Amino acid sequence: MCDRTYFYITNQAENQMKKLLILGAGTAGTMMANKLHKNLNKDLWEITIVDKDENHYYQPGFLFIPFGVYQPEEVIRPKREFIPKGVNFVIDKIQKVEPERNQVLLTSGTVLDYDILVVATGTIPVPEETEGLKGKLWYKDIFDFYTYEGTTKLAKKLETWQGGKLVINLAETLIKCPVAPLEFTFLADAFFTEKGMRDKVEIFYVTPLSGAFTKPKATAMLNKLMDEKHINVIPDFYLQMVDNDRKVLISYDGKEVPFDLLVSIPVNKGDQMVEDSKLGDEDGLNFIPTDKHTLQSKKYENMFVIGDATNVPASKAGSVAHFEAEILTENILSYIIKEPLTHKFDGHANCFIETGYGKGTLIDFNYVTEPLPGKFPFALVGPMDLLKVTRANHYGKLAFKWVYWHLLLTGKKLPVSTNMSMTGKLVETE
Amino acid sequence: METLTYNGTQIEVNAEGYLKDMKQWTPELAREMAGKENIELTDKHFEVLNWLRAKQAEGTPLSIRKIGNSGLVDIKQFYALFPGGPLKISSKIAGIPKPASCI
Repeated sequence: MCDRTYFYITNQAENQMKKLLILGAGTAGTMMANKLHKNLNKDLWEITIVDKDENHYYQPGFLFIPFGVYQPEEVIRPKREFIPKGVNFVIDKIQKVEPERNQVLLTSGTVLDYDILVVATGTIPVPEETEGLKGKLWYKDIFDFYTYEGTTKLAKKLETWQGGKLVINLAETLIKCPVAPLEFTFLADAFFTEKGMRDKVEIFYVTPLSGAFTKPKATAMLNKLMDEKHINVIPDFYLQMVDNDRKVLISYDGKEVPFDLLVSIPVNKGDQMVEDSKLGDEDGLNFIPTDKHTLQSKKYENMFVIGDATNVPASKAGSVAHFEAEILTENILSYIIKEPLTHKFDGHANCFIETGYGKGTLIDFNYVTEPLPGKFPFALVGPMDLLKVTRANHYGKLAFKWVYWHLLLTGKKLPVSTNMSMTGKLVETE
Repeated sequence: METLTYNGTQIEVNAEGYLKDMKQWTPELAREMAGKENIELTDKHFEVLNWLRAKQAEGTPLSIRKIGNSGLVDIKQFYALFPGGPLKISSKIAGIPKPASCI
């Protein structure tokens, strides 16, 4: 064991400043660093953010790389560009949180102590969770597209693929950006059509859900789109293993789906340090029990959790992290002055869904209201249509890359309400 | 409004046949509902149903993976007990709402 006192980064005796520590400098962590830097008294609070990676990836862009819409270099920027001056940025791997001591251990041996901890360590695909997924066909005939490595390798594969059975499979229901597999499927249909080889490709969408999506109105609309595009949906398929020799997916109840090219969305898990710190919930997926409205840890009052790292029943998506960041900033300010945490996150998510051929649709929903048709963000004029396939929605999605780099990460206000608004939504009367 | 009649008692269910009030559940009702799914309930089924009801009562979101980690059954056994869509079917028979998949 190392002598912790030896590794202290700051000397407590000299420095009476309070410490706010953010773990993870992805979308959620970077937004929090910006918002807290703006709002906390700089004479009293020192903010530190830790991440193992120097690069920030524009993850919504990963979807477009296999189809040549974005080039790999368009989705990477140095993280440092988005972290405000005055916030300490530490590049190191997080080993463990010790909440009883208010300390975080880094792999280099550094120990950081904190008064308030914000955990924003996200989620990653873990193909190793499923037998045979990361076997001899991995990155040969089996790919993921939620990682930079996976999506760039898949792009190369699609350049020369001659066709056959393309299977898109979700290994779990709880995944990051739940609409991305649908978008991938729609874009693949358009990509092969435009390449003049759609007749050589059979597309199968194999999901553990009962349909293309979870919420009824959006599922009905998306199932219809699948049908129009001649995509076979195989629902209620819960993946047990992949047989690499026979090239088939096998479900827990013995169903089989053959593939020539498998695009997998592996089981998603929270960061390994969550497991090593024993912070995860009983699902064993390393997501942290978090109050779904205040975003405070259910166990430690000076720990807050945001974005994909939480176990709140909202989408794991950048839009959710963005709305959460607004709420969490207010609640941390309240916590500091020992006021009740009155700002409540409502589960708001807002997702553009690419449907191919330069069009897209849009959904907007929260914990209690499912995606509904209508106009967004303004009633009648939109300009976006909810649950409808339009060109404006596609341009909205492409424009978002600029918004992300220039406004969202650095915590600037966007013209979208934090809690979901019913304005413009069409509600059927029963 | 949809209802099920069991032993002369009217039990309210939603359009998909899930009980609206989990307190109206009885083991006998479960047997009757399981019969409609062609499932004959054994002690092992009831262990799972009771576990689901307990988790629901404490407000824990349910998933197939969580049942696989429960120590009661593994995922393959869960499928064998409630073939097809085990979580949807077992929740219906347990008298609890259809689990909302997280999105």
